[in-house]
Amino acid sequence: MNPLSPAPATFARPTPQELALSGSWTALGISGVAAQLGALAAPTGAQLVLDGARIEALDTTGALILHKLLTRLRGEGIAVQLRALRPEFARVLEVVGQRPTGPSQAAVAPESGLAHLGRSAAAGLEQAAALLSFVGASALALAGCFAHPARFRWRPMLFNIRAAGFDALPIVGLLSFLLGIVVAYQGADQLRQYGANIFVADLVGLSMLREFAPLIVALIVAGRSGSAYAAQIGTMCVTEEIDAMRTLGISPLELLVLPKIFALLVALPLLTVFADALGVFGGMLMARAQLGVGFDEFLVRFVKAVSPTAYLIGICKAPVFAFIIAVVGCFQGFRTSGGADSVGRQTTLSVVQATFLVIVADALFSIAFSALGL
Amino acid sequence: MEVSKVSTRYGEHVVHSGVDLDVRRAEIFAVIGGSGSGKSTLLRELILLQRPDSGSIRVLGADLQGLGDDEALALRQRWGVMFQHGGLFGSLTVHENVGLPLREHTGLEDPLIDEIATWKLALAGLEPEAGVRYPSELSGGMLKRASLARALALDPELLFLDEPTAGLDPESAAGVDELVRRLRDDFGLTIVMITHDLDLLWQVADRVAVLAEGTVQGVGSMAELARMDVPAVRKFFDGPRGRAPSKPR
Repeated sequence: MNPLSPAPATFARPTPQELALSGSWTALGISGVAAQLGALAAPTGAQLVLDGARIEALDTTGALILHKLLTRLRGEGIAVQLRALRPEFARVLEVVGQRPTGPSQAAVAPESGLAHLGRSAAAGLEQAAALLSFVGASALALAGCFAHPARFRWRPMLFNIRAAGFDALPIVGLLSFLLGIVVAYQGADQLRQYGANIFVADLVGLSMLREFAPLIVALIVAGRSGSAYAAQIGTMCVTEEIDAMRTLGISPLELLVLPKIFALLVALPLLTVFADALGVFGGMLMARAQLGVGFDEFLVRFVKAVSPTAYLIGICKAPVFAFIIAVVGCFQGFRTSGGADSVGRQTTLSVVQATFLVIVADALFSIAFSALGL
Repeated sequence: MEVSKVSTRYGEHVVHSGVDLDVRRAEIFAVIGGSGSGKSTLLRELILLQRPDSGSIRVLGADLQGLGDDEALALRQRWGVMFQHGGLFGSLTVHENVGLPLREHTGLEDPLIDEIATWKLALAGLEPEAGVRYPSELSGGMLKRASLARALALDPELLFLDEPTAGLDPESAAGVDELVRRLRDDFGLTIVMITHDLDLLWQVADRVAVLAEGTVQGVGSMAELARMDVPAVRKFFDGPRGRAPSKPR
């Protein structure tokens, strides 16, 4: 017998009262006959002889199937006789027979739609409450740091500023540059129709500084750093590092969360300024290429059209976005429980929720600023 | 299973310099050695997770060097591995973990697979109720048993156990002793294990190899090893936790 390709299990029925078994009755070889055996009709007579002489291999899977067949036929009142089985196979069959298989586990009934709705609503509320209490706990940790400034962790904060801020410069610069190009390009057609070419400076300047730069920075950082925070803290939860930290008397909030929040509070406004500059530069290039507005003209108009207020409005959104991203990322990390699966789920959630909340906050800012007449 | 002249290096660090081993069919073979003696690396080489730098390994009649993908797969189906920390998939229940190899490699029907999985769990000493739980909800001893049940799913001829009793209470460890011996007696399995558990070594292992300084320092039954006069072997018997050969428990 070639060990790499065992002959599959087969059975023949030369007479209705006889069943000749042959081949490999193993997990890998038996799939062909398992279903047939299950449906095997009882013979008309009251006895059946199973000939096991040509069974080449029998493992517990094969033995289990054989045992089930024997039990079923005997239950139907048929005198089944198994003969010529090799002694070692008979031993396996005996061992299998000693342990009743019992019914396999009962399937869990799927819950009704209403129960599911209620359950997910309760989970949502629970999560919102937990987020609020996490914010509260972080605020308490912050108060503790103010009381004892020596406890503040500068080194992780500086490290996080580099990881979330400096290392993000290339991607933030490239994307905001491209965004500036897109805005100017889309506006160019409309403006040209009215001969209002010079207003491209208003369009690019206001849209980039007020809206697009802070938003694109927040989305990039949520995807880059918020997810990293959730994955890092989540993995530490799974490997019991967080618990170890607590037993050593180190507050995970102080060591892991506060430095991240402060790092993003510093990095996000700076990244926003960088994105402002690159976005406007992209718009300027497009204005010259498509509308014939030179750099000088563009900048003169830019200074007139865009007030410092517009610039500051964009910058002041950044810390709020930073807070949302850092808190949601860390919060989802701490909610990890179980294994690798949970880390992945919480990381995804951190990005989705941070993005969602950033856009909601941006909308609220728009309403607030228009109410204030800014 | 034969291992001959296997050498492994991690950069400058030499792990094995000519390891020779020979495991017979239906034998319970244990590998012992201090931390960093290359036991785990040897195990990884035996189960095709890592290639030695030189030397040859034959397992179940196949030379691991230059094995094609199909042959490797066929070989993998003929052995089972129980990892030290279980290696169970966290996203599946214990029951699904055990059924996974069957679902993946056989054409059996789902209800039958469920039944086989329940049976294997029972064989490893787990109640059916434990099957519906996730690995993260199990205790250490149950994890080991569940991992063993998965290793047994395809009825392997050869079973590799990495520290089967580490981190278990004495009672569970005794259960593992009993289980390992019964697997060999009932199903003729060949068992290769890495362990430090002296009880397991004395009670269950047929032969033991001591690995130190990159080579095998001695092979034999525990009683034979205890009479050997090799320093690396003596360490296991003369230390404060060593057990005199005259009074096995």
